[in-house]
Amino acid sequence: MSDIAVIPVPADRLPGLAELRRIAIVPALNEEHALPGVIDELRAFDPGLDIVVVDDGSVDRTAAVAAAKGALVLRLPFNLGIGGAVQTGFRFAFEHGYDLAVRVDGDGQHDPQQLGLVIEPVLRGEADIAVGSRFVSMGAGYRSTRTRRVGIRLLAWVVSRIVGQRVTDTTSGFQALNREGIALFARDYPHDYPEVEATVMVFRHRLRLREVPVSMRERGGGRSSITALRSIYYMVKVLLAIFVGLFRRNVVPQEDSL
Amino acid sequence: MTPLGVSIAGAIASFTLVLVVLELIRSHRLRERYALLWLVTGLTLTALSAWRAGLNTIAGWVGVRGYPPAVLFAVGILFILAVLLHYSTVISRLSDQNVLLAQRLALLEQQVERGATEPR
Repeated sequence: MSDIAVIPVPADRLPGLAELRRIAIVPALNEEHALPGVIDELRAFDPGLDIVVVDDGSVDRTAAVAAAKGALVLRLPFNLGIGGAVQTGFRFAFEHGYDLAVRVDGDGQHDPQQLGLVIEPVLRGEADIAVGSRFVSMGAGYRSTRTRRVGIRLLAWVVSRIVGQRVTDTTSGFQALNREGIALFARDYPHDYPEVEATVMVFRHRLRLREVPVSMRERGGGRSSITALRSIYYMVKVLLAIFVGLFRRNVVPQEDSL
Repeated sequence: MTPLGVSIAGAIASFTLVLVVLELIRSHRLRERYALLWLVTGLTLTALSAWRAGLNTIAGWVGVRGYPPAVLFAVGILFILAVLLHYSTVISRLSDQNVLLAQRLALLEQQVERGATEPR
């Protein structure tokens, strides 16, 4: 469903990528159908990319299909929610000394072919964290319910005002991070609905965030973890977290501070 | 009508609750998820204390004739019940997860020990 003209960058056209220890963090909850495809596509994009699937307490064969595909599997004993699951992946990446991490959701909505676009700014040293945004180019590639779109817009507006840089898609989990980014998120990552708070956190820790336009696909299987009534609760929670967070003193994380 | 002193004391006390909750969130001692109910409690009680005419009207609706601040107590108790019930569900979930963690640890320990003693 990529109707935005986004030209993918293949991995072998990214100078310096081959020398880095790099890992894809794939959070997955009941994604036995979509996950094998995602893993294949990640390998097709870059065969040297390690893949760690964080199984967030799935009740289907998510962990088994991931292991069968040769991915590293971290199996959480119970559901931690997307924030806790993703952070498990960041901790893994941090403790095993990876230089570059990308986050790709296990439901197939992030297209691994477009990873090059997200990795590029980090690789060039222009950003510590690059985020694939659905809205930078205002394309028609992303369909969603109206409530959700309004919510995403509102959060983007609030976050942009706070961080003083235009941020269009604060809910995107399609990201690439360098070592500093990995260290920050390994140490401290929000819960529940983490991307919005994480965006603000990145700026408060003086890391550089860059958005790049991507197109996202329809979900390959499973269900979104966010339903209509819950979005209101999350909205209130996230706004509260952001505003209270403004009164925190933040320090730039050090390598050995975990 | 509610005595002015009661209104002022009620508003100060409930607003202090709001401030304490916010400070607890800020210092990472309380998660937003568990703070929301407390904040709603504090803000509702603050509003009902400060908005004296409103408290009177609500007291009229529920048939409290003599002493409107009784509504404050009722609302406060309701919210405390809600918070307690919420915590009961949280504790239940935590104890389930704790059992699961202990079981997983026992299984892992057994695997590790078997791996250590087995001849190569």
